[in-house]
Amino acid sequence: MTAAENILESGGQPAMRESMLRLFAEQFLASKLAVLGMILLALCLCLAIFAPWIAPQNPFDIGTLNIMDSKLPPGSVSGDGAMMHWLGTDGQARDVFSAILYGLRISLIVGLVSVSAAFAIGATAGLISAYFGGRTEALLMRIVDIQLSFPAILVALVLLSVLGKGVDKVIYALVAVQWAYFARAARGAAIVERNKEYVQAARCMSLSWQRILWRHIFPNCIPPLMVIATIDLAHAIALEATLSFLGVGVPVTEPSLGMLISNGFEYMMSGTYWIAFFPGIALALVVVAINLVGDHLRDILNPRNEI
Amino acid sequence: MQESAGTPSGQWLLDVQGLCTWFHTRRGVVKAVDGVSLRVKQGEILGLVGESGSGKTITGFSLMNLVDQPGRIRADRLHFDGRDLQTLSANDYRALRGRDMAMIFQDPMMTLNPTLRVETQMIETVQAHESVSRRAARARSIDMLTKVGIPAPAERLTVYPHHLSGGMRQRIAIAIALLNSPKLIIADEPTTALDVTIQGQILYEVQKLCREMGTALIWITHDLAIVSGLADRLAVMYAGRIVETAPTAEIVRGAQHAYTHGLMASIPTFDTRGKKLFQIPGSTPSPLNMPKGCPFRTRCYRATPQCIEEPVFEEVAPAHGVSCWHRGVEA
Amino acid sequence: MSALVFAALYMIGDPVLMLASPEAGDAERELIRQSFGLDLPLWRQYLIFLNKVFVHLDFGKSFLTGEPAIGLILDRMPATLELATAAMLFAVLIGVPLGIYAGLKPESFGARSVMTGSVLGFSLPNFWVGLMLIMVFAVFLHWMPAGGRGPVQAFGPIQLSIFSWAGWRSLILPVATIAVAKCALIVRVTRAATRECLPQDYIKFARARGLSEARVLGVHLLKNILIPIVTVAGLEYGQVFAFAVVTESVFSWPGMGKLLIDSIITLDRPVVVAYLILTVVFLSLLNLVVDVIYTILDPRVQSKARA
Repeated sequence: MTAAENILESGGQPAMRESMLRLFAEQFLASKLAVLGMILLALCLCLAIFAPWIAPQNPFDIGTLNIMDSKLPPGSVSGDGAMMHWLGTDGQARDVFSAILYGLRISLIVGLVSVSAAFAIGATAGLISAYFGGRTEALLMRIVDIQLSFPAILVALVLLSVLGKGVDKVIYALVAVQWAYFARAARGAAIVERNKEYVQAARCMSLSWQRILWRHIFPNCIPPLMVIATIDLAHAIALEATLSFLGVGVPVTEPSLGMLISNGFEYMMSGTYWIAFFPGIALALVVVAINLVGDHLRDILNPRNEI
Repeated sequence: MQESAGTPSGQWLLDVQGLCTWFHTRRGVVKAVDGVSLRVKQGEILGLVGESGSGKTITGFSLMNLVDQPGRIRADRLHFDGRDLQTLSANDYRALRGRDMAMIFQDPMMTLNPTLRVETQMIETVQAHESVSRRAARARSIDMLTKVGIPAPAERLTVYPHHLSGGMRQRIAIAIALLNSPKLIIADEPTTALDVTIQGQILYEVQKLCREMGTALIWITHDLAIVSGLADRLAVMYAGRIVETAPTAEIVRGAQHAYTHGLMASIPTFDTRGKKLFQIPGSTPSPLNMPKGCPFRTRCYRATPQCIEEPVFEEVAPAHGVSCWHRGVEA
Repeated sequence: MSALVFAALYMIGDPVLMLASPEAGDAERELIRQSFGLDLPLWRQYLIFLNKVFVHLDFGKSFLTGEPAIGLILDRMPATLELATAAMLFAVLIGVPLGIYAGLKPESFGARSVMTGSVLGFSLPNFWVGLMLIMVFAVFLHWMPAGGRGPVQAFGPIQLSIFSWAGWRSLILPVATIAVAKCALIVRVTRAATRECLPQDYIKFARARGLSEARVLGVHLLKNILIPIVTVAGLEYGQVFAFAVVTESVFSWPGMGKLLIDSIITLDRPVVVAYLILTVVFLSLLNLVVDVIYTILDPRVQSKARA
């Protein structure tokens, strides 16, 4: 940014930014539930990232599996006495705890990648339609409206039935489903910013529209988008799990949490509950943790919007 | 008019001593009303005058026991119609509201429920206090609408509030307040949101009806000019307290408190035409940060170091009390 | 808008590839192509399709069973209807009082618990809730069956299972699964509306008139907050009704949603298309109904419409 632009920016002074950040941190820490959610989330992230080192067994390495160890209840010792299955084993003798760690990895990757991509596409579409208005805006927002009138699960189902299975395909479907939320929120925030004086001033300095859009308007639209992104991350993870559960999501070779639950579902009826139950608990913990954070973020960042 | 410390309280319709309404918020205690004393006789009209933020509206709500959380009401004495209001149960207080003590609000556009017909809102007010038939309640409503000067009252009953103008809605609110022939009406700036011509009509009609029905009236306003033509007695409020109270004529003739002087002087008159109007310097102090002692001293031209002490409320003449160290008629 | 949806759906992928078995030769494919009229250009297919749909109400025949698609869907409709209606009813009956309570005493422990509960309610994926209910009530307690629909009785032209205890036993778990999520939403809407309505002058004026608390809350507050609640509940009802895909799959409930997911997995396109068209029609009708109810509830809208 040039010096002149710096002056234009509202809240541009470093000291002010710092104090705003501190205020934000203070408000965030005020809610014990949100802090709990944050800690849980950090824990899940660590478990997912370090899964290969933490997991007692690589569930994809068929060679290490002994079919005699299948369907062991939680707390059993494996047949060769080498390891403890804290959460039991599944139908293929995989250690459930290890499978959860690897599943968590896939679930989080799908969630994070799809939300980032949807954020980028949606925010761009929203900002451009807000800045230019007219036909561009009408067309883009019409598409958004149509898409949002259909529930995410249905759009994703139809898309996946055509695309086929695969982690990448699930991500495409999730991006296609979610970009519209970001587009709508970004447009809403950008329209408010567009009419503020600092944007008028930036225009008077005949800065390029890309610069005005990305360096001036966009930073001020981040708070509401962050709220959407947090809540959408939980939504994406839950959606991926649902799709995998229904059998149209990730392939069996790369089981996410939803896939693990789906695998365990058939065993559940006969009382072998742990194969589906523990991945289910892991999924619930991740989703609820993210939502607790998101719910509080929403309270702080846009207090007007209560629902 | 006799008024001295020894007067038995039976003579007063409303007898309030040391009323405090404090809001316990996270940032501190907001003393919206801090030691208000008021007395109203049967059929008397009292003007309660003060700037916005002086606590006059909260005083009205405190008397009705309608203060929102986290407000707390406390008083040395809170008697109405021979009853101690502080000992009333929630249900007894509810029964009192709307029957013996009614209230009119400031903004007529907001006081009537937009989703209910005028009829419903009037009839329920009658039926909340008396077991009368719908028909009888309706007849009484029509009667009251006629009294407050609403043409074609039977038709007005069946419409929703948004079909009516602000003046019309305020008349209906007044009619609702009068429905159960209350002993006291608290009117919280009922004409502020209206056109000047309508203001005059409503002022006149309320005064007339109260006189006819023998209803006492507390008229809360920031406009000393309006209320001095209406009220028997005035009470001037500043920062949660009554600083001066006296019969209207006496205030107009010889106000003793510097703040009352200021209020009087800021009314435009023929004499002040073309001259710069008087203005009290500064603004009402924040209720979270009240000056010690006399709350007005930071804006007062008479203030001396003595004003850091709490001023005493003293009677300077019969029925004329002032709370000031440097009271005096001269400005 | 619906035309856009069909067009988009028709452009995705070649249905013959989905239909014919991978081993089928070119000749065989061509035969299938002709028998379904898929050899014609896309726009002609579309026109023929539109003509059939709107002139003859013919949505084509299922690739799988050869029965008319519309018949298949209508057969399944009562099951979904009773599921969605019961779920929405429970959600409103439980959600509105809880929401009002949370709005009246926002700082109380009870209200905070309700709000935290609602975060759980709408963040937990639907299939997860169903799974846990099955595990607890069907597998361990044996109180209810884990899936399927109970005995049905004819009620006019449609078959419903709500007339017998056995029917309710099967119904209660899927209903609870949907109701949990919708209840969470209704609670939040109700709370927000209550908090907005309570400080209004007309509520205070109602109290100042000496009305009983029951009347103030039950009439004056309720009539005003019903406006947003009915809007949200109506739209949500449509979503539940049209897209109970997940819940019906988990509980093997023989409704439209189960049919949809089966059709998607078996690539039975006429059924999917017919389903989507019916859904669009249904959602539009529902929107209309919600608008009408809205007008009845809010007299201000009436006069605006008349003016």
